[in-house]
This record gives sequence, C-alpha cells and structure tokens, in this order.
Amino acid sequence: MASILAVDDSASMRQMVTFALKNAGHEVVEAVDGVDALNNAKKNKVNLVITDVNMPNMDGISLIKELRTLPDYKFTPILMLTTESAPEKKQEGKAAGATGWLVKPFDPDQLLSTINKVLG
Amino acid sequence: MSIDISQFHETFFEECFEGLEIMESGLLNLDIGNADKETVNSIFRAAHSIKGGSATFGFSEVASFTHVMETLLDETREDKRDISQGLIDTLLKSVDCLHGMITAISQKDSIDMGVVSTIQNELEQTLGNTPEKTQKTDINNNEGSIETSEWSIDFKPHENILKTGNDPVLLLRELEAIGDTGVTINTDNIPELAEIEPESCYLSWNIKLITSAQEKDIRQIFDWVEDECDLNIVKTISRENIKPEVENTDNTTIDNNKSSQNSTKKSSAESGSIRVNIDKIDALINMVGELVITQSMMGHLDGSIEDFDTTKLEKLRDGLTSLERNTRELQESVMRIRMLPISFSFNRFPRMVRDLCQQLNKKIDLTMSGEQTELDKTVMEKIGDPLVHLVRNSLDHGIETPDVRLSKGKSETGTIELNAYHKGGNIVIEITDDGAGFNKDKIVRKALERNLISSNEPLTDEKIYDLIFMPGFSTAETISDVSGRGVGMDVVKRNIRELGGNIDVTSEIDKGTTFTIRLPLTLAILDGQLLSVGPQTYIIPLVSIVESLQIRNENINSVAGKTEVYRLRDEYIPILKLHDVFGIASQSSNLEEGILVVIEGEDNKIGLYIDDLLGQQQVVIKSLESNYEPIQGISGATILGDGTVSLILDVEGLINVQKTISTTNKAA
Repeated sequence: MASILAVDDSASMRQMVTFALKNAGHEVVEAVDGVDALNNAKKNKVNLVITDVNMPNMDGISLIKELRTLPDYKFTPILMLTTESAPEKKQEGKAAGATGWLVKPFDPDQLLSTINKVLG
Repeated sequence: MSIDISQFHETFFEECFEGLEIMESGLLNLDIGNADKETVNSIFRAAHSIKGGSATFGFSEVASFTHVMETLLDETREDKRDISQGLIDTLLKSVDCLHGMITAISQKDSIDMGVVSTIQNELEQTLGNTPEKTQKTDINNNEGSIETSEWSIDFKPHENILKTGNDPVLLLRELEAIGDTGVTINTDNIPELAEIEPESCYLSWNIKLITSAQEKDIRQIFDWVEDECDLNIVKTISRENIKPEVENTDNTTIDNNKSSQNSTKKSSAESGSIRVNIDKIDALINMVGELVITQSMMGHLDGSIEDFDTTKLEKLRDGLTSLERNTRELQESVMRIRMLPISFSFNRFPRMVRDLCQQLNKKIDLTMSGEQTELDKTVMEKIGDPLVHLVRNSLDHGIETPDVRLSKGKSETGTIELNAYHKGGNIVIEITDDGAGFNKDKIVRKALERNLISSNEPLTDEKIYDLIFMPGFSTAETISDVSGRGVGMDVVKRNIRELGGNIDVTSEIDKGTTFTIRLPLTLAILDGQLLSVGPQTYIIPLVSIVESLQIRNENINSVAGKTEVYRLRDEYIPILKLHDVFGIASQSSNLEEGILVVIEGEDNKIGLYIDDLLGQQQVVIKSLESNYEPIQGISGATILGDGTVSLILDVEGLINVQKTISTTNKAA
C-alpha cells in the first residue's frame, strides 16, 4: 500500500484514478492543479505522484520541476498522464525529472500495472 | 478486478458542459488580431480535457472530433495560426456540435453523425490537411508461431538515473516477468568510498534473457529510461518453440478491456446531480456541530428535572434561543446547497446576442451584472427559457437597426442589460434595453382589434403593458423567426407564475423597456398568508394575493341565478366560498362578517370568501402527492408551529373550481 498524490484538473479523470487506486488498496490525495499539488506534497510526503500535464495555474511539467527541488521528492517516482503521444512532450517531462508516463486513454488496469512498475 | 468506469460518466459530462461554456465564452471574448494568450490557452485546455476524457471513457466520436479542434487550437496557441473571424465562427459551430454530441451521449441518444462529419470536415479543411488517424497502433501483434529467443542485454544506467525516480532493480524485475533471466552485475565503476555520491548510480548489468517476447517488448521496458542509460540488446540464439511458457499477455488484456468498455458504455444510471462548493458543506457541518452543542447544553438540564428551579429556567431559555438560531442557520445552509450562481443561466446570452446581431444586422452590446447571485437549481432550470424569450424579444423588437437609431439621435449600438440581485427573500432579474420602447397606442389598438379589451375604456399604463402578456398578442410589425409570433409572452408569464414569481414591465417610447422578474429563492419554502375557515387554517401563497377587503353587501351581485360577484371599483370579481368548496361550516352566516381575499391567477381574479386572516409566515412545503391523489385546489401541506397540519391552497386550482361551479350554475 502506498500513498499517492493524484493531480488532474479534470474531475472525472481524478475520480477514476482515485477510485482505481483506492480499490487497489492505496491511499490517495487529490489535487486540482500544480499549485494545489505542490501544497499537498509539502504537507504530506507521498510515495508516488501521478500528474496530468495540461492544467491551469501550474502545469504538470512545472510541478515536476518544483517537486524535484524539494528534498523529500528527490527520488520519488513521478508519472505524467499525457494525451500527447508526441515525443517532445515526454522528453520535456523527462528533462523536468519525470520517472515515466502513461498515455491517455488508459483504463484502470493499465494504470495499476504502470504504477506497480514504479512501486515495485 | 475490473472497474466499471461508467460510474464516472456523469462527472465527465458535467465537466464537458463546463468546458464547452469556457470555450464558448472564451471564443466570444477573443479580439481578432490581439488575442489574449491566457484566453486562448484556457480554450485549448478545455478542448484538451474533453479529448482526454472522451478517449478514456470510450466516446471515440467525441475524441476524434475534439482532436481536430485541439490541433487547430494548438496552432493558434503556438502562434502558428492567426485568429480570424472565420476561425472563431468555425470553432463556435464546433462547440455547438460537440454540445449536441455530448448531450446525445448523456441521454443515450444516437449522435447525428451527418452534422458531426460536416463540421469535422470544415475543421479539417481549416486545418488544411487530410484527416489524421487518431487511433493508436501501439498494440503489438505477434502472429505466427511463438518463437523463443535468448537475448543479451547490456544495461548501463547513467549516474543520475535515480534523480528521475527510476529504480534499475524494478526494471530488472520487469525483465524477469517476461522470461528467464540470468543477471551479472558490474561493479567496476564504483569509486573510492570517499568519492561516492550517495545519489548516483555506479552499477551496470548484463542480463541473459530467454523469452518469447519481441525486441520491441523488451525495449518498451526501458522506454522511460532510454535517455538515461546506455542500452544494448542483442539476440544471441533463436529457437522455435523451446519454452513457450511465457506468452505475451499484453495483447489479450488490451482487447478484453476494449470490449468491456463497450459493453458498460450504456449502463450508467440516470440521476440528477449538483456540484457543491466545499465552503457550503463546511458551513453545514459547522452548523450541525453547533446544534450538537446546543443539544448537549439542554441535555444537562434534563438529568435533574426533579429538582428544577428558576436558575435552570434561564439556561433553558438560552438553550431555546440557540436552538432557534441553529435551526434557522441550518435551514439557510441546507438551502444554499441547492443554490447556483445565475451565471449558469446568463452564460448563454453573449453567444446568442452575437449570433442574432449578425442575423438581424443590428449592433448590440450586452452587459451583465450580478452573475454571482445565487438561486435554487430547479428555479434556475425553469427560468432559462423565459429569459431567453425576453432577451430575444428585446433584441428583435426592442433594439432598432443602426440607421433607425442614428435617425433618432441615439448611438448606433444598442445596449441590453441583464442584472440580478437579491431583495428580501427574492431574486430579482432585470432585462433592460435602450430600444424603441412600447408604443402604447399601438398596443391598445391591437388589443381592440383582437377583442382582448372591450371598448375605449381608460387604461392605466400598467394595464396596457399587461396586455402584451395575453395569449395571442403580438406587436411586431413583421413576424420574424427570432422572437416568433407573440405566442411566447403569455407562456413567459405563465412559467414565471408557476415558479411563484411575477413579471413587471416599464417602458418609455424611444428610451427603452425594462422587464423585472421576481422569483422566490427556492421552491421548498413559501411566503404564506394564514387564513381561517371554520375551525381550519389554510395557507395561500402571499404573491398571489392582490388585496383583502371587508365585504359590503350592496356590492354583491348575483349573476345567472347563483354565482355571486363582487363589484370592486370597476371590476366584477366572482366570489368563491371556501367553506362550500371544502364542505365545512363557516363561522359567519352573513357575508359581511367575513373577509374577501382577492387572488390573481394566470389571467383571472377571484375573491376567496374566508372567516379571518391570521398571520403571515414562511412555510415549508410538504408534498401530498406521494400519499394522496392530486386534489384540485390544494397544492401541498405544511406543519404549523403548534404541530397542526395546514393545507396550502393552489390558486390556479381554485380558479378552475370557481369556473366549474359557475358553468354548472349556468347549465342549471
């Protein structure tokens, strides 16, 4: 069981991710954008961050960069959820410090098998 | 453990509609040539979210449609494409089309693919390229016989691989999962202890892997780290069917998921939902907390009821005061949960005004204020159509064409103002235009033509304006398809009255017209007038009462034998005796002892004969329909302060009762 921060500005996506993760026995904290996520991450250390890329206020890439500057999140796995299959976006994410990505659309089972990859 | 994702559809639809609203209002606000970057971004984000969600939840038509929109918007966002009026028009059309698609899906109707493909073509033409396949072809196919091979994999992570949260051990485990592995570790690069950076990775591995998986499957494991390691994968031995124990399970899982998505697509249950701001819920919880405190405060008194003395009376009184306050605040908080800002209803107008201006060749500025004013969700849903009708009316009949305006010495551009505010337990919505105003003479002439009024009797302004709400009245010189044939205004008034509200007009020729709508904040609570008939107490909605008066016998006339009418100034008002209708004994035998309450329904007035007026209070409406059949003249019930049940009278129903009585009397 891990504690996971799920970041997405879309409520339906957030609901689905949260539901799937909780169903698999994980503890989930939700955030609606980068700023919200950063505040949450500072308050409670989580084992994994899953973030959308395109969000208002602070996008996923900036969030990853910010998280990596925090001592608590230096090595924490961070996955980005992206609709962009374009390699530039993935590279941008990797350069910011993302562990990996999951391309939308995905279903709950794909999500779980992906997070198992980073949680071990 | 497969999860039914249809449970998230409802949220997704709501989100889509919100996104579409953002897109629409964003598009309407874009200045051609000087587009606000953040607005373009928010439009793009909305399209992007809808695309992502629709693909995830299996609405492929929506996904493919929004993909084209998104690409177009992305180009504008990156300044690769200029924003033109044509582009905005196309995008607005797409927003409408998308709205239609999502509405159809949410109501489980079929999508009108003809319209969709027309607009999608238009989008693609604008984009200037041939349709692009959005479908991913990631799904790997390993047809033919299962071939098992031995691979040698050199995996040398860069020193900083750990800083992206990747763990080489997990990658090795993944390899283990697809075949048999033999792992050799290389520790040559580990520096002297003093020089070791604990955050760096100095190890590298060679893995011998026997698997039936293809090279691309192996590479996919290293997908995330390909830029953070040196990777060398070589096939060493290739054998046919040596160990077919490991199958590539990826294919089958993906296919299964696809079909399960399709089968669950139609199954989500229909239920209305509402999004509530967390503040409101917190306020509610807070209130309940206070209620609990009050309860425990009073609970202390209860324990020692035998030795009750006057000091405790003081505490009891305090407790009751808090209880009263708590109850009131709790009630307000609960009501607020159902409240939404009126912007939900107002948001459609900028678009509508823009489109109609184009259609009618008029220039109109729409200003809106008080969009954050809140009202009950049900009231909001029902007031939408009347508002649309009134705004269309102002646009079509109110505001003149630019040349007419100039000739009148007014500015070329007309103004329509929408304003909402709270006033004493009501919400007031004003629709003001600076157009032609009503021509009173014309209204009167038309009313005479249509026999809506009897003769050239003197009419007050108020009465004249009331005429436009009568069925079948139209003042427009030419009938247009914008605001119809005047069949609407009576419907507007009826709808508003059904909500327990009313509508007023003030108008000045060549200055403009203002429609003022007053609505109750909620349908669950009613401002009621308590009245007594015999031993019974009834409640009548305060808004429907015109006036109450003491009866003078000389003003009572009998028509057609039995029906009694009361002469009130220059009107004759039929009298309905409530004790007769409900079959109870009146306290008064002579009409002069009672009171006549004049109530107004849709377009009729009647006088209710009652024993006495009691008081006014807010009452909570309880429906009777779950337990009783509908009874004409009764709309519900409530519980009064003393615990007795009181019936709430239905004004329209009573007017119908009166009509039935008078026709049977005539027939007799």
